Amino acid sequence: MSTRFETTQTKPFGPAAAAFLAAGVGALALGVLTTWAEISADFGKALTYSKDVGPLSGKVILTSVVYVAALAVLGGVFWRRNPSPTIVYWTAGVLVGLGLILTFPPTWKLFGAG
Amino acid sequence: MTLTDRETWAALHGMIFGALFLLAFAGGFAGLYSLRPALMTPQGIIERTRRLIFGTWAMAIIAWATVISGSWIVYPWYRAAGATSPKSILIANVNTAQWHTFGMEWKEHIAWIAPILATTVAIVVAYYGRDLVKNDGVRRVLMVVFTLAFACAAVAGLLGAFITKAAPVH
Repeated sequence: MSTRFETTQTKPFGPAAAAFLAAGVGALALGVLTTWAEISADFGKALTYSKDVGPLSGKVILTSVVYVAALAVLGGVFWRRNPSPTIVYWTAGVLVGLGLILTFPPTWKLFGAG
Repeated sequence: MTLTDRETWAALHGMIFGALFLLAFAGGFAGLYSLRPALMTPQGIIERTRRLIFGTWAMAIIAWATVISGSWIVYPWYRAAGATSPKSILIANVNTAQWHTFGMEWKEHIAWIAPILATTVAIVVAYYGRDLVKNDGVRRVLMVVFTLAFACAAVAGLLGAFITKAAPVH
């Protein structure tokens, strides 16, 4: 494993790892909800928590809940631990990347959106 | 020269919150970039770290304010039923429809990734505090995350500006 991202450990890396990974989980949640709502009209309706805002209301509320929950859970799991920074960065990077791809409109057509 | 309530909220969302986030990015990035022992005195590190913690949290809060005001206040006016809403005007014309089907659809979603990433930077900067200067790997990754947050906000902001030019919220 590359040591490029290794750090001088003055504090456990765990809480920082939780923050990076939670960002990835939050971004992926938004991407999945967005693409799913485009593929399925019924799911889009189910996400319409606010009639004025439309399906975006459910997507962003659920994404925010997932992000905060991921922060809390991962923070608890990694508290005082020192996971590999390289693995954490790559995992978070892939999750954020997938989230970005799944929120890009042309991607939805690949999954059969109209 | 007056602004309607809707124009005021649209300006607050895009030109105050959004523009503030984009403009503050350069300062935050410079703060992270220069937080290196070789470039700073111990006193400078203390001062810079305090400023960085304040600045990154301010940016995270501004990013949340931008997307919340955009999605929950301005966006309903944009997508309102009726022939005169900006969305209806855009999709009624084949030459402008893509400003909605691509532009707004991308903007309304990618924008929400910016506050998540900005909050991540603020959390990690606050967690390490002065020790961040000793963690070069973390500092460098934070610069990448911060830049990605800026890029997401920039895409949303740029599309928002073009869409508003094509069909403003009145």
